[in-house]
Amino acid sequence: MITRKLLLGDEAIALGAIHAGISGVYAYPGTPSTEITEFIQANAPEVRSRWCTNEKTAMEAALGMAYAGKRALVCMKHVGMNVAADAFVNSAITGVNGGLVVLAADDPSMHSSQNEQDSRFYGKFAMIPILEPSTQQEAYDMMPYAYALSEELKLPVLMRVVTRLAHSRAGVVVREPMEQNALHPETDRTHWVLLPANARRQYASLVGKQGELLASSEASPYNSYKLQATGDKCHEEEGLVTCSSSHVAPLGVIACGIAYNYVMENRPQELGIPVLKVSQYPLPEAAIKALASECEALLIAEDGQPLVEEQVKSLLGADYTIKGRLTGDLPRMGELTPDSVGAALGVTIEQPYTQAQNVMPRPPALCQGCGHRDVYDALNKVAAEYEGARIFGDIGCYTLGALPPFRAIDSCVDMGASITMAKGAADAGLFPAIAVIGDSTFTHSGMTGLLDAINDNSNITVIISDNLTTAMTGGQDSAGTNKFEAICLGLGLAPEHVRVVVPLPKNMEEITRIIREEIEYPGVSVIIPRRECMQTLQRKLRNKKK
Amino acid sequence: MKKDIILAGVGGQGILTIATIIGDAATSAGLNLKQAEVHGMSQRGGDVQSNLRLSTELIHSDLIKQGAADLIISMEPMEALRYIPYLNKEAWVVTSSHPFKNIPNYPDEEALTKELGNLPHVAALPIEDVAKENNLPKSANVILLGMASRYIDILTPEQLRESITRVFANKGEKVVEANLKAFDLGLEATK
Repeated sequence: MITRKLLLGDEAIALGAIHAGISGVYAYPGTPSTEITEFIQANAPEVRSRWCTNEKTAMEAALGMAYAGKRALVCMKHVGMNVAADAFVNSAITGVNGGLVVLAADDPSMHSSQNEQDSRFYGKFAMIPILEPSTQQEAYDMMPYAYALSEELKLPVLMRVVTRLAHSRAGVVVREPMEQNALHPETDRTHWVLLPANARRQYASLVGKQGELLASSEASPYNSYKLQATGDKCHEEEGLVTCSSSHVAPLGVIACGIAYNYVMENRPQELGIPVLKVSQYPLPEAAIKALASECEALLIAEDGQPLVEEQVKSLLGADYTIKGRLTGDLPRMGELTPDSVGAALGVTIEQPYTQAQNVMPRPPALCQGCGHRDVYDALNKVAAEYEGARIFGDIGCYTLGALPPFRAIDSCVDMGASITMAKGAADAGLFPAIAVIGDSTFTHSGMTGLLDAINDNSNITVIISDNLTTAMTGGQDSAGTNKFEAICLGLGLAPEHVRVVVPLPKNMEEITRIIREEIEYPGVSVIIPRRECMQTLQRKLRNKKK
Repeated sequence: MKKDIILAGVGGQGILTIATIIGDAATSAGLNLKQAEVHGMSQRGGDVQSNLRLSTELIHSDLIKQGAADLIISMEPMEALRYIPYLNKEAWVVTSSHPFKNIPNYPDEEALTKELGNLPHVAALPIEDVAKENNLPKSANVILLGMASRYIDILTPEQLRESITRVFANKGEKVVEANLKAFDLGLEATK
């Protein structure tokens, strides 16, 4: 029986992985990847799925499961790849036993991120296959394909999606689920003990596999371009634009991942523009050369950074005209749209209405009643008393403390950087150096920095604003809940400088007094304002009512 | 036949519920559908929108082209105006007329109402007030859907009503009835 489900891209990935027989998913929440793990948690009790402390622990645990012979999925947002990078790159050197798929969800246009780095570079860097679905159906179908490829090549496979696919819904036809792999741990230690002598052998083996990777891409069902001798005109069949071999088009398109949809939306078949769809890397070189031989110029449509554009330029030589993000035919940054791609294809549109006059930006804000608000009220009061005060922020809802009415934080860079940047600034003589970090971000990447500060007796004041959840991404469990005082003491903090307060307006006097006291203490102190997130609290109350 | 719809509002106003109901109805009717949603940071009181595309044909892009949308359904009048460059000539704007002011520089209300009123095809109603008057405080978004149903002509109002019954089924009969009543109020209002 054919079953069709309406699924988010993330849910299609999750269901595809469940049906491909994964035994575990390992992940830290991060927009736009969060819903993958949430779907598995809600729908596949047989799959190990608890949230991990950060992307590196997730990547390593998934590698361990693959070592043991079972199929594992690890999911993260693009910047999580930076955290997991050590384990990720080396997993290509060890190779895998059971299938391992690394899912990176990129966020071009930075809807919910601090940069728009393109994870395909990581895949190329690690020299492993990359899959980039263009539709929800493909995302689902690619999962069993990815695991089969991973087990055939004995390498991890990177799947890269973008926000628009992750957070867009469409109908998906689903198949019968596969069985999980049996436990069959690796027996050959030389693959896995990366001493230099072994590592050199393993790296040589990885380099040696590159021909196989290319052959797989050339034959991939997800890279499609066929030549048909059916007259001069191009036509579309099953979503694929093809042209006769006698036809030399002024322009052809290489459309990668989701960019394929934006190209097709502009009906290239009616414009006589042949299209090569690329959803598996390394790039299918033969198909690109074939397309180039039929066109006078190529447009490279890819969401993210111009990875393919640069590679195709070197593949076809300087004389061949390549258009894309580097040439300004497409915008250099930000996500592609059917409009920007249409303009690059020479499509004009009829637009009866221009931008309205009476529209203002409406930025997000901290929720009414949120404990972070009281923390920033208190911090702003005390910081105003010190001319040189700087507040180093971190990643989470509380980053919104940068916006009016608070305008409270001076920096927000990466997970955990509040503590370590405050330390460095304090080392340089800045006073008072205050760090604000959330509970989940603290266990993700703040603990090691705090240990540095304690060992160095740096003069910093750390606020761990604990709302008992990972709030920004929708309220996932936070790894350190109920453990923060113990963690701080275990790292070596003096008990009298670990202070807990309840962030409520009525406690403002006590909170500001404690912040003042700890700023005046010449060493490391931690203040933990603790009150449950309004969103999770309201959800609990709603569920109780039911 | 196709219907490209932009759903707009402020984070927390319930536009994704409207999308869920239309999506369920479209799936039951065997239509193709793509719906791009906004999750994450902007849900915290910022502007949110969803591109909802319905068609009897294959749909390629998750995003609607400028000048191509057939309908804006908005929980807030300024948010409705934000997306008018996406409308085609025949398109309708169905919106709440009640401003949600959570920013200090919200535009002059009179000028906003006038600009909205200058569009050729607009249906605006203070849906929050209608919801309160009819003792349906949580169903303002479904009143709006009822208003819009007249212009979502790829689906019938009856198909949308059936979908409301399915979508709210696990919340009990009372909630289903309240939302059906809200839908009918909206439908009547645009007669």
